[in-house]
Amino acid sequence: MNLASLAPLAVVLPIIGAAVTFLLLRQERAQRIVSISVVAVTLALEILLLASVWGGGTIAVPIGQWIPPWGITLVVDQFSSLMLVVSSAVSLSVLIYAVSQGMADGDKDGPISVFHPSFLILIAGVSDAFLAGDLFNLYVGFEMLLTASYVLLTLGGTTARIRAGVTYVVVSVVSSLLFLIAIAMVYAATGTVNIADLAVKLGQLDPGTQTLLHTMLLIGFGIKAAVFPLSFWLPDSYPTAPAPVTAVFAGLLTKVGVYAMVRTETLLFPGEDLNVPLMTVALLTMVVGILGALAQTDIKRLLSFTLVSHIGYMVFGLAMSSVIGLASAVFYVMHHITVQTSLFLVAGLIERRAGSASIDRLGGLAKLSPLLALLYFIPAMNLAGIPPFSGFLGKLGLVQAGVTLGTPMAIAVVIAGVAVSLLTLLALARVWARAFWRSTDDAENPDAALLAPTHRGSMPGAMVGATAGLVALGLALTVFAGPLFTVSEQAAKEMLDRTPYITAVLGQQAPHPGVAQR
Amino acid sequence: MNPNMTLLIISGVLFACGVYLLLERSLTRVLLGLLMLTNGANLLLLTTGGYAGLAPFFAKGTDPKAYSDPLPQAFVLTSIVISFAVTGFMLALIYRTWQLGRADEVADDLEDRRVAAQSGWVPEDDADVPEDLSEFVNREEAAAADRAALHSGRQKVHAQESLGQESLGEGELE
Repeated sequence: MNLASLAPLAVVLPIIGAAVTFLLLRQERAQRIVSISVVAVTLALEILLLASVWGGGTIAVPIGQWIPPWGITLVVDQFSSLMLVVSSAVSLSVLIYAVSQGMADGDKDGPISVFHPSFLILIAGVSDAFLAGDLFNLYVGFEMLLTASYVLLTLGGTTARIRAGVTYVVVSVVSSLLFLIAIAMVYAATGTVNIADLAVKLGQLDPGTQTLLHTMLLIGFGIKAAVFPLSFWLPDSYPTAPAPVTAVFAGLLTKVGVYAMVRTETLLFPGEDLNVPLMTVALLTMVVGILGALAQTDIKRLLSFTLVSHIGYMVFGLAMSSVIGLASAVFYVMHHITVQTSLFLVAGLIERRAGSASIDRLGGLAKLSPLLALLYFIPAMNLAGIPPFSGFLGKLGLVQAGVTLGTPMAIAVVIAGVAVSLLTLLALARVWARAFWRSTDDAENPDAALLAPTHRGSMPGAMVGATAGLVALGLALTVFAGPLFTVSEQAAKEMLDRTPYITAVLGQQAPHPGVAQR
Repeated sequence: MNPNMTLLIISGVLFACGVYLLLERSLTRVLLGLLMLTNGANLLLLTTGGYAGLAPFFAKGTDPKAYSDPLPQAFVLTSIVISFAVTGFMLALIYRTWQLGRADEVADDLEDRRVAAQSGWVPEDDADVPEDLSEFVNREEAAAADRAALHSGRQKVHAQESLGQESLGEGELE
């Protein structure tokens, strides 16, 4: 039996886990054991999937033996399996963090028992979106993860979360609707929703129709990925949620949007007709996002703005439609999922240790808790792109790709990218200077927790351990950057070549649509 | 294939009304707007399936014009289920908003308002630099200021010393 035929389990296992944890609503201990073990098993399975496609190869798994393009197909290739592994590793550490926090807090934050089923459904939705071989299944994956995220964002139903939840739900529903309308139009134009089949058929359409469909899909995904000017909902809604929820949203949800954009740009519409507009929005996303971050005083809000800003780098990478640009984008997505999530987890720890996440009210944390300072410092420097770290390597790849391309627009985005990198450093160093470096006496009306002589139990070991594990994963991305970049490059080559994907899904006799490479 | 114009026009009207309602500030209207938009999208999906009013039936040899495509109907069914769930959730949110604040409106983000209202001048960042620390100060003025400062400093020291002696003297007297 082929190992890849187990791919559906990456979606099915979390759903079964969600059902079981839902039955165990009153037994929190059993819930914790079930959800952590389900995510761990899923992660192990996905590592096996990655191993089976490592170095090249695309495997299509038709569900229920319905032959493509009619049935639902799941497709495992290097890009999707890399995304699966990184997302599950991140979810596992966030889950451990959340469980430990829940155990430390008791039932203070409301119905924690609903947390586990929703979290598992979220993971199932993310996996489904990464594996989807047809547009409608991608839509269903999005809806699964979004519906779970609505519940997670409004956990406890406090005033602030309800306010944020309303905005978030309305914006998400509108983006899904745009996607659904785009699917309807694609189906009307071609009579299929299978991505491989569409890759063959979309190219034969009238150019005007192509541009319409292309733009509609990109707008739908752009809202989910928080690309400027469709990004205003994100800093508004994310910071109010509990720390682990914000962390997993920041790491995964926007990246699913980026993933869908990558698939659209490479498989469905390989042409270059929208590259310049994409580069423009990439530039604006970077600059507007980071300027927003500089104005914030709340650490979680500041991080949400840097999240928006760094989406711009990924969009820039895919907008160049060259192997090195796309490979850097793939690498950057992996780096950013890990680093951004660990920063949000650290922000949660700061809030617990010092009773506030506002940098005006913090001070002296480097002295009070050197471990916390280290946990903040490493991913912060990584995100800002200081040389040895993976953030630097990803940005270097993007800069190299931009300079190789050499069009005025690409050069402009490269310059903006370097400037934004410096501004990111400034924003994060501001947090460092205020919260960690200055004396505790300088903090404006500090919380009692910051001044308390003892702080037993404010940072449970498992929470720190989960955060440290994720920071270590970020460092591992730096250490193993060589092989990872090679595999990103292969993934990018395969995606731009398109034939491996199409023949894997439709069989050898599939018509060759031509190569997308410049 | 000629699409059914009636369905398309209805779908367009639903979109227009839906967008109008979505832009309102009242949450109930926003919800109604979302419902109209989803139904507009569902109708659009349905029209992609072929002629209205035909059975979604397939057997080998059937004339392609004699049945409608079953796939969009499956899509619509899925999308109806999803919008049903989301509507239920939205209603719960609206009810909770009402419970908490007796309001049926989209609330402002207070932190956002606060950040927007703050001035660009942050005391901690900007006030560290003393205003008179300029390298282009007139030398003679600076020297005069230094002498004055030194002088007043000496005077202070003298004053303190004499004060100290006085208090010491008082102590001796006692």
